[in-house]
Amino acid sequence: MYAQMVKSTGQGVKDPSEMTDQERAFQERIDRGDRIEPKDWMPEHYRKTLIRQIGQHAHSEIVGQLPEGNWITRAPTLERKAILLAKVQDEAGHGLYLYCAAETLGVSRDQLTEDLLSGKMKYSSIFNYPTLNWADMGAVGWLVDGAAIMNQVPLQRTSYGPYARAMVRICKEESFHQRQGYDIMMKMAKGTPAQKNMAQDALNRTWFPALMMFGPSDAESVHSAQSMAWKIKMNSNDELRQKFVNETVPQAEFLGLTVPDPDCKWNEEKGGYDFSEPDWSEFFDVIKGNGPCNTERLAARNKAWDDGKWVRDGLMAHAEKKEARRVAAE
Amino acid sequence: MGIDTPTSDGNTASRNEWPLWEIFIRGQHGLNHRHVGSLHAPDAEMAIKNARDVYTRRNEGVSIWAVEAQHIAASSPSDKGPLFEPAQSKVYRHPTFYDIPDEAGHM
Ligand SMILES: [Fe+2]
Ligand SMILES: [Fe+2]
Repeated sequence: MYAQMVKSTGQGVKDPSEMTDQERAFQERIDRGDRIEPKDWMPEHYRKTLIRQIGQHAHSEIVGQLPEGNWITRAPTLERKAILLAKVQDEAGHGLYLYCAAETLGVSRDQLTEDLLSGKMKYSSIFNYPTLNWADMGAVGWLVDGAAIMNQVPLQRTSYGPYARAMVRICKEESFHQRQGYDIMMKMAKGTPAQKNMAQDALNRTWFPALMMFGPSDAESVHSAQSMAWKIKMNSNDELRQKFVNETVPQAEFLGLTVPDPDCKWNEEKGGYDFSEPDWSEFFDVIKGNGPCNTERLAARNKAWDDGKWVRDGLMAHAEKKEARRVAAE
Repeated sequence: MGIDTPTSDGNTASRNEWPLWEIFIRGQHGLNHRHVGSLHAPDAEMAIKNARDVYTRRNEGVSIWAVEAQHIAASSPSDKGPLFEPAQSKVYRHPTFYDIPDEAGHM
């Protein structure tokens, strides 16, 4: 997902008998459905795992602007350009809500930024794939934002208050993102044969990377078990992936397009689609930094940070000067 | 340190970061300003400009307050019990405490 393979820093779920009184009281609050707020006591592992998860989520929103930003100047109409601009601006906002939530856990904004820029912290694998043509704007909105929604909707009920509230804001905005993507796909799929081919090609290239967003199966993972006990992860990766496929395949059919998986078919018994696993070796390779665009994405973020330094410093100097003048006048 | 920021030692904000501002927005319908989140800005003017872009992209507000987070005093969570306890035993402060017969009419 936007936060993939986040490892909790602990050893997995402790038995209540192994917990300290404080830990037990904390777990009971979570089991009751209480929200944990920044100044409440929390286990150090909970705090650290959340910083990783929320930080990675925030970085994904920010880096996620790049593949779509790539097409703003080349949108086919002024209306499409305005829409894409608004969508990309929303993603910047999502990043900011999430950085704020992470900061309440005692990490600074600059620290998070530096950890992204140095490659120490990750962002979602999906944003290391290129957007080659306009149809990709349709596929990204429809599939990538669609997959993000699957994960973000349940996170509105996550145990950490500031994270849950950020998710509520984000979810309100996300459905516009998916719909504008699907709208592009509809237009192209019902356009000329060449346009329809482009739409099919975009679906072909985006399908498996979108399935990878949910991360490999975590049914056996002790980290996921701990995160689920803490309610900072609400569903297993396989569960969300299945839900996504169930919703998406009929949408592709409506477009007259075909999901690029010959084994994808309805399974009456389980009430869902059977489908092929993505190539997980590709996924791990992308995570390691070897995807088609990893270098480009990090370079773009580093350049933006370096090029913006004079603005950050200048505005700060201006604010300090103004404040000094105000104090002198008093 | 904002109202939502813990006093834990994990804070690394020792560098020249723009200060943190807490943002409050009054929605369309004449309600109180409500806390919506925070952001970084060099001064109050920029905090309000940034708040407009971050928190009101869809007409969510008609008025913005920005307060530098360090100026907000907050009750501590460990006081929660004793601080709010006095209100817990005073059921007679609620209208439902009183049994008024129906014959008395709507009240
Ligand atoms: Fe987003
Ligand atoms: Fe989005």
